[in-house]
Amino acid sequence: MDLNLRNITHRYDEVEVLRDINLDIKQGQIVCIIGPSGCGKSTLLRMIGGLERPASGEVLQLGDPPADCLNPLTYIFQDFALLPWRTVEGNISLVLENHPLDAAAREEIIADVLARTKLSDFRKAYPRQLSGGMKQRVAIARALSVRPAVLLMDEPLSALDSQTRELLMDDLVDLWEKENYTAAYVTHNLAEAVRLGHKIVVLSRRPGEIRDIVEIAMPLSDRTSENLELEAIQKRLWNLMRDEARAADMELVDER
Amino acid sequence: MSDKSVEDTLTGKPVPFRGGGFLPRPKKIVAPIVFIGLIAFWEWGCRTGFISPLILPAPSEAFEAFMNLVNTGLLWQHLAASLQRLLIGWFSGTMLGIIVGTLIGLFSIARSGLQPLVSAIFPIPKIALLPLFIIWFGIGEGSKVATILFGTFFPTVIATYGGIDNVDRGLIRMGQSFGLTRMSIIRKVILPGALPAILSGTRISAAIAIILLVAAEMIAAEYGIGAYILIAGSLMATDQLITGVAILSCLGLIFAWIIGRAEKYFLKWRA
Repeated sequence: MDLNLRNITHRYDEVEVLRDINLDIKQGQIVCIIGPSGCGKSTLLRMIGGLERPASGEVLQLGDPPADCLNPLTYIFQDFALLPWRTVEGNISLVLENHPLDAAAREEIIADVLARTKLSDFRKAYPRQLSGGMKQRVAIARALSVRPAVLLMDEPLSALDSQTRELLMDDLVDLWEKENYTAAYVTHNLAEAVRLGHKIVVLSRRPGEIRDIVEIAMPLSDRTSENLELEAIQKRLWNLMRDEARAADMELVDER
Repeated sequence: MSDKSVEDTLTGKPVPFRGGGFLPRPKKIVAPIVFIGLIAFWEWGCRTGFISPLILPAPSEAFEAFMNLVNTGLLWQHLAASLQRLLIGWFSGTMLGIIVGTLIGLFSIARSGLQPLVSAIFPIPKIALLPLFIIWFGIGEGSKVATILFGTFFPTVIATYGGIDNVDRGLIRMGQSFGLTRMSIIRKVILPGALPAILSGTRISAAIAIILLVAAEMIAAEYGIGAYILIAGSLMATDQLITGVAILSCLGLIFAWIIGRAEKYFLKWRA
């Protein structure tokens, strides 16, 4: 299943936040969306998943999601969004409970995603007992449990310290190698973008417009930390963004 | 590896400590000591004539009155009558309060319509409405329960919708993004999220229920702790009055303890 964004424009009251966004998200591709803070990239992601309605334009699903998919467009949030009153397995079972699955099927899915995210030993733990990185792993496990067609990740690593971020990034790369998931990945971190993105969309500051789309053909597994080609791309992206970021930094923010 | 240059010049003075403090911790033995000390001082004052018996009866006299209640079996009749009113009034007031509070927390129409009404009626002393309650609910148990019900209803409403307002929007959005039904989001995300606020609301409403018990039993009650206190008061039997007040205070402690246990159980997911 591919996604196609057509002429998306959005405004909060009188403030235009997004202008004429056109974008394709192809199956098996990770599309990174970067831009200075307040450029509307998180808003755009909410629109892709149907949590917010654009003022004009539309998001189209091309083709049907796989038959076993329970929740085609699934988010991974920056702040994890785990229910603190449920254990790890309870948080995963939460998103399965509305689907017609019997207890055994549900249990099978939970055990499977916990194993895939190396969380099997933490089944009964409460979120408060887990580190930030673990919490995000639980959120990833929860997202995988509904067999999404597209993962929508809203700065999933931004709340973590830099070491944990590296570890989780490796996990996301490994996972992609294995499962070839489709994702829209919003971040303000250029290093994350060049590490994970098959396609990097650079948004300008408010109102967010697409300034450039950079495609990186290099396979994810080859993207090591000291790679000259990636560094060159990252530099190029930064040059694109620098003035925008500086201007955005000087703006007064009044979001929502 | 140590920093040699520091070791070479070991002549400095230690940095003065200026952190710590501002963290009162409960010490288990202090409370009983204060309690016993206060009662001992009171008893001592009465025995020596330092406190005139007209002003305050000695604790031993109050205890005698209490034993008298126990021995005649009247205590259980009073307690049974009061507890029944308290529990029915408090339980139904809390339940209704949670329901109305949830409506206000979830629906715009309920919020616009009921919130001002709640703010308008909450501050009215329910004792002032006693005559109306008697007319509406009769002179029997109805008006007594209604007084407690009304008293506990409003704080629960406010605690409930306040708790719902404070539920993390991110969690609700998460529920929506996974396609949970509206009912599931209410049941599994919003209500558990509001539970801490609801439980602390029940603490307040339990205290209010006990306060209103005396008021409720002003209405032609034969039995009940409140009635006992009122009769003692009108007879200037201060020893019985102190006994009755002490019983109410114990009731309050027991309720607070039960709610504390409930909090421990339902909110074990918190630190």
